[in-house]
Amino acid sequence: MYFPISGAHLDPLVLVLLGFVVGVLGGFFGVGGSFLAGPALFALGVPFNFVVGTDLVHIVGKSVVAAREHHMLGHVDLKLAAVMVIGTIVGSETGVQAIEYLKRGANVNLVVGIVSIVVFALIGLFAGAEAWSALRLNRTGEKDESRGKDRVAFGFFARAMKGIQLPPRIRLPLSGIKSISVWSIILVSVVGGLFSGFLGGGAGYIRMPCLVYLLGIPTHIAVGTDLFEIIISAGYGSLRHAMNGNVDILIALVMHTGAAIGAQIGANLTQHFSGPRIRLAFAPLPILGAVLVAQKLLSGGH
Amino acid sequence: MKRSRDYSFTDFLLELMLYGLFVAFYLFLVFHFLGDWLKSIFIENRIVYAVVAVLLILTQAVGLERLTTGLLVLIRRLRK
Repeated sequence: MYFPISGAHLDPLVLVLLGFVVGVLGGFFGVGGSFLAGPALFALGVPFNFVVGTDLVHIVGKSVVAAREHHMLGHVDLKLAAVMVIGTIVGSETGVQAIEYLKRGANVNLVVGIVSIVVFALIGLFAGAEAWSALRLNRTGEKDESRGKDRVAFGFFARAMKGIQLPPRIRLPLSGIKSISVWSIILVSVVGGLFSGFLGGGAGYIRMPCLVYLLGIPTHIAVGTDLFEIIISAGYGSLRHAMNGNVDILIALVMHTGAAIGAQIGANLTQHFSGPRIRLAFAPLPILGAVLVAQKLLSGGH
Repeated sequence: MKRSRDYSFTDFLLELMLYGLFVAFYLFLVFHFLGDWLKSIFIENRIVYAVVAVLLILTQAVGLERLTTGLLVLIRRLRK
């Protein structure tokens, strides 16, 4: 099938299938899936300048569907999301400016590639080790009240963040947080936005673990709230990329056909898994992303 | 809006099937009636193109889902 905007010839069924796979992952883990969809679109023959922008537009649509599904399941903390929007936009713009700065001097692809590999690998290894420990705690732990709940093995990070006394402080009843400094939330959202602007995509791979480990948000709510943030960061990026002529909306719409259905299935699947199990299943994803970036760097981007 | 407790697996499958049909029909309409126009605004006016692109994906995501949910509610009422 011919797509006149980008001039690419692509099999629509493959696009729908790719969208479906990324949609299930997005709905289940609260990630945009750009680390998987980007290289796949490039391999299918989409021109390189259209890959990032087109992927972002499809992420917006899919995240809207998945976030709405999570909202109906009670997994979106709107109060937390509203505070995070500020940091997400500031971080995203800072990341974009950092890329522009690097373009003037150093080899931007190499710098972004190495940063991606290190960050993805660290997140994957940390999430894997933590989720494994949390599952062991659940299995071998005493029969106390917390058994079977969404336990986090390395809870000291969240305790340290909650210990920041800087006002104003807010209460997040849905997430079970009695009091937390707004600045802790903004800090985490700036980090997520920064990676979104710097490495591309919605940056759910870093925001979701940050919400769980740094703010102590339960995994299911972290997934739903992260999807809401992805709508903001990917929506902002989509508009910018479309204005620069980097979006083929027809490809994005075909991909979204599969992604929208996959996102609903993924979001509903979260009900049947505990928090540590979701985090354990999430761990290989950033590592897969690191492998894909390393492969791209070693092959010279071709 | 929270999902009601009597929302069954069959309802979910029916919703997915209806949504799939709507999305396929929507895609056909966009390709058939807007394909050439989208190509021309992509070349002539990028700001309009950017706004239309985001609106098209949001219509597919939100509008069609609302339509599906509404239709499903209607089907359930008729069943009762």
